[in-house]
Amino acid sequence: VELSPVLDGFAVVLEPTNLLYCFVGVAIGMLIGVLPGLGPAATIAILLPLTFSLEPVTAIIMLAGIFYGAQYGGTITSVLLRLPGEASSVVTVFDGNALARQGRAGTALGIAAIGSFIGGTLSIVLLSLVAPFVAGFALDFGPPEYTALALLGVLLVATVSSGGRVKAVVAACLGLLLATVGRDGFTGAERFTFENLSLGDGIDFIPIAMGLFGLGEILYHLEERHRTVHAPARVANVWPSRADLHRSRGAIGRGSILGFVLGVLPGGGATLASLAAYAVEKRRSRTPERFGHGAVEGVAAPETANNAAATSSFIPLLTLGIPANATMAVIFGALLIQGVTPGPQLVNEDPELFWGVVNSMYVGNVLLLVMSIPLVGVFVRILRVRPSILAPITVLITLIGAYTVSNSVFDIGLVVAFGALGYLMKKLGFDPGPLVLAFVLGSLLESSLRRSLLLFDGDPTGFLTRPISGALLALFLVVALLPAAQYLRRRGAGHSATAPPA
Amino acid sequence: VSSRTHDDGSTGVAAGLDSRDEGELLGPEQERPPPAGTVQNLIIGGAVVLLGAAAVTAALDLGIGRPAAPGPGTWPFLVACVLLVLGLVLTVTARRTHDAERFTTSATAVLAGLVTMVVFVAMIDVVGFEIPSALLAFVWLKLIGHESWRLSVTTSLVVVATLYLLFVGMLAVPVPHLF
Repeated sequence: VELSPVLDGFAVVLEPTNLLYCFVGVAIGMLIGVLPGLGPAATIAILLPLTFSLEPVTAIIMLAGIFYGAQYGGTITSVLLRLPGEASSVVTVFDGNALARQGRAGTALGIAAIGSFIGGTLSIVLLSLVAPFVAGFALDFGPPEYTALALLGVLLVATVSSGGRVKAVVAACLGLLLATVGRDGFTGAERFTFENLSLGDGIDFIPIAMGLFGLGEILYHLEERHRTVHAPARVANVWPSRADLHRSRGAIGRGSILGFVLGVLPGGGATLASLAAYAVEKRRSRTPERFGHGAVEGVAAPETANNAAATSSFIPLLTLGIPANATMAVIFGALLIQGVTPGPQLVNEDPELFWGVVNSMYVGNVLLLVMSIPLVGVFVRILRVRPSILAPITVLITLIGAYTVSNSVFDIGLVVAFGALGYLMKKLGFDPGPLVLAFVLGSLLESSLRRSLLLFDGDPTGFLTRPISGALLALFLVVALLPAAQYLRRRGAGHSATAPPA
Repeated sequence: VSSRTHDDGSTGVAAGLDSRDEGELLGPEQERPPPAGTVQNLIIGGAVVLLGAAAVTAALDLGIGRPAAPGPGTWPFLVACVLLVLGLVLTVTARRTHDAERFTTSATAVLAGLVTMVVFVAMIDVVGFEIPSALLAFVWLKLIGHESWRLSVTTSLVVVATLYLLFVGMLAVPVPHLF
């Protein structure tokens, strides 16, 4: 790896204005991220309009700040309210909330911030080393490889999503269809526009993400009736004691590695990493009975792992142009708006931009650590404001923010429509994540497929005779057919098995 | 125990968590409304089938071309076929599906919230964002959130004033405004 573009990138990132925007990004990322029910994907989607008017590099740095701030915001609610911002901080709830109930919420939040910082930073270092090689490998990919890769990506995300698998694939198909709305790039034919001029150029990604993740989540949580949640009176002693740090050292180290490795996998990488890191620490511990009753390692391990994983999930995005999960899909959309097309060409053709993105992650991570420890008390105060007051404020910010995307009321209408859809999907067991991801990958998938078919002169077996696309498609079939095979085998084993639960 | 909890639970088992941990994992879910009945699940499956069928016809109208010369409808056609098949699977397995929630009276709050947003969209071009924003905030605070009159009125006004300062004053966004 040549070092000069890496270092040049740092010079840009460390300009005072850029640092300021990163600082603001971390602050508002945490601010919105602590709102119950809003995970990182929702937070980033809601805050996207803020970055539009900025220079690309500045905008990307601010996004990195928002990304890390939003991640940490979910940790705050897990520890204090037992409300994980997303699946990857679910395990943090066990020991984090137990610590909070013992009056040691500060310790939990502090160790989570330190673990997140170490895990995230290690992960970025590894990413800096690995990404250029993966990108170099992917440079040879043609349309058939991209078709197979995008198909596999969509399927994997659908497979590991919450709710039923069939429903997740339905959501993905819906996203693929939505991506076809507008003028066909090959023939110019209008597709699914219903004669509406505003739909001629297709549906923008932002209203979909803001509606499905932002408004959809808020509407869904309106139904949750008055759960008794009390933020602790105050959070003191955020800096963990030496004994706590000593105890968490191993957990943070192992969590970083586990997180980095599992985070590269598409789908629930961060979730899997946090679960695995927690399980490993519990198994290795000489006093496993402390877990669940306020073990510091039980917070350090999953929080380190999920931040390391969240960071390493940038690898498939930046090197292949394939977002690995819903949050990355939102980031993908945000980068596209800034004129950055993530993919193998990025590091080779536009190294400054590539390293700008990577370096802004370092800065975001450092600022998160610097800010979270002194400011955690301030954010905790927001949690004492009732959701019934926070909800309308978030809704209004979302609606007006949606307008600013392209100064059109039509976009606000789209956000509301997708908000309603997001609510219905969550209510009926369809995970909105695969829809957004499939929407983002939709046009790449379609154009790659059509180019491949032209390339193969209409012979679909061409996909199978190319080694990489053939292997990827074989993997696709295994993932797709495994659940069906398991189902049939279970059925064949006899109907005397368990009756369906009531 | 619903099948949604089963899905989460199996992840827990894979990661080596014991059953008590899994119970804790499911904690927040237990306050959700009861799972939907077979009729609702059949409607969901049917809706997916209808959507798939509609998309198949639309794709055929666009022209699906030949493999060697794909048309504008080729890709939508393939996706719509998958949707159609999955809709049928959902319909057939409706009795064994437990991951959807029943609609209860608490859904009226969601409906009310959606109405305020639709009103917001309809009004903003005509009278600017201030009045619809105040209206939305008030309905969410008073009717949905059951806050007091005083708090609802003052909060709505303060929120609108802050949004005005933020979007019109500081960010100079060309959002339609009355004042």
